[in-house]
Amino acid sequence: MRHTIILSLTLVTFWLLNSGHNTTLMLSLGMISIVFVIYIAHRMDVVDHESQPMHLTLKLPGFYAWLNKEIILANFLVVKHIWLGNKSISPAFTTITASQKTDIGKVIYANSITLTPGTVTVNLQGDQFMVHALLQESIKELKAGEMDRRVAQLEN
Amino acid sequence: MDTFINISSSVFLLTGSFLCISGGVGILRFPDFYTRMHAVGVTETLATAMILIGLMLHNPDFFVDIKLMIILIMSLFISPTASHALASAAMRNDFSQKNNEKPDSEQVKPWNP
Amino acid sequence: MLIAATLAILIVMVMAITRGIMGPTLYDRILAVNMFGTKTVLLISLLGFVMGRPEFLDIAIVYALINFISVIGVLRYSDSSIFKHSNQQKK
Repeated sequence: MRHTIILSLTLVTFWLLNSGHNTTLMLSLGMISIVFVIYIAHRMDVVDHESQPMHLTLKLPGFYAWLNKEIILANFLVVKHIWLGNKSISPAFTTITASQKTDIGKVIYANSITLTPGTVTVNLQGDQFMVHALLQESIKELKAGEMDRRVAQLEN
Repeated sequence: MDTFINISSSVFLLTGSFLCISGGVGILRFPDFYTRMHAVGVTETLATAMILIGLMLHNPDFFVDIKLMIILIMSLFISPTASHALASAAMRNDFSQKNNEKPDSEQVKPWNP
Repeated sequence: MLIAATLAILIVMVMAITRGIMGPTLYDRILAVNMFGTKTVLLISLLGFVMGRPEFLDIAIVYALINFISVIGVLRYSDSSIFKHSNQQKK
């Protein structure tokens, strides 16, 4: 029930921010759509603690700040190697081990790896991630495991 | 104050355009499929963010800014999902690095059910 | 400045479509089409500002969602036999 209430509050905010109209007709249309969406979500059985990770919300801003910094640094590294040309890159596949326990932690870790340019998660089996990296340096950085540690901190 | 906002908006837009063009050069220049995916990653994270932030500074109207923010968050959530789906589909179909320079007329047989 | 950014995005779209035509494999083409779609979202938002009509942003949001669905939709068929080039050749 708690998840349903939070989902409907999110949808109401989304509607109000996107529409910007306050007439009765628009508000009632929005009401109908929100009720319909919640009905469909219940039929699909997707409303649970994994679709809305509320227990993570408080810790997320710090992680996002760190991830933003990483993304900016990685972007400039990849752009530098684009202009330096094919000789300077060393693409490789590698396997890394994740230390997260829950599924959602693993998904956050895999998505963070993919979001950082220069590394892409190709496959995910158990706690083994298959990663394709553009440079040997990014593999070393991943194996050092700072991102792994930060995502694991997020979990508990 | 106004000039400062205008100048920073221009700087963001120009940096975003430069990053975008670098990604475009990368997709033409890199040797195989997986490395090209990293070049696309550049245009989908920082370049998009820079251009959208530049637009946000250019027009400080509340509803417009919220919509730009929604586009930014959406593209940051969508792009890793799409590239992971693409990479794992390529991997699943045994698309290893050695056979990826064949033209696809050799690889794809006509579909006959 | 807006016009310069719009031109840059157009150049990048031409590069993406070049890669889409050159190939050489199916996955390169899907990648190029995906990049073309995300750049279209940016182009629509920039054009809205160039023409002074920020209402275009609604269209950009819808286009971002449609682009995502289309890429996932194409990849959904990667289980079907037309995608399995190397496996089929072995038979």
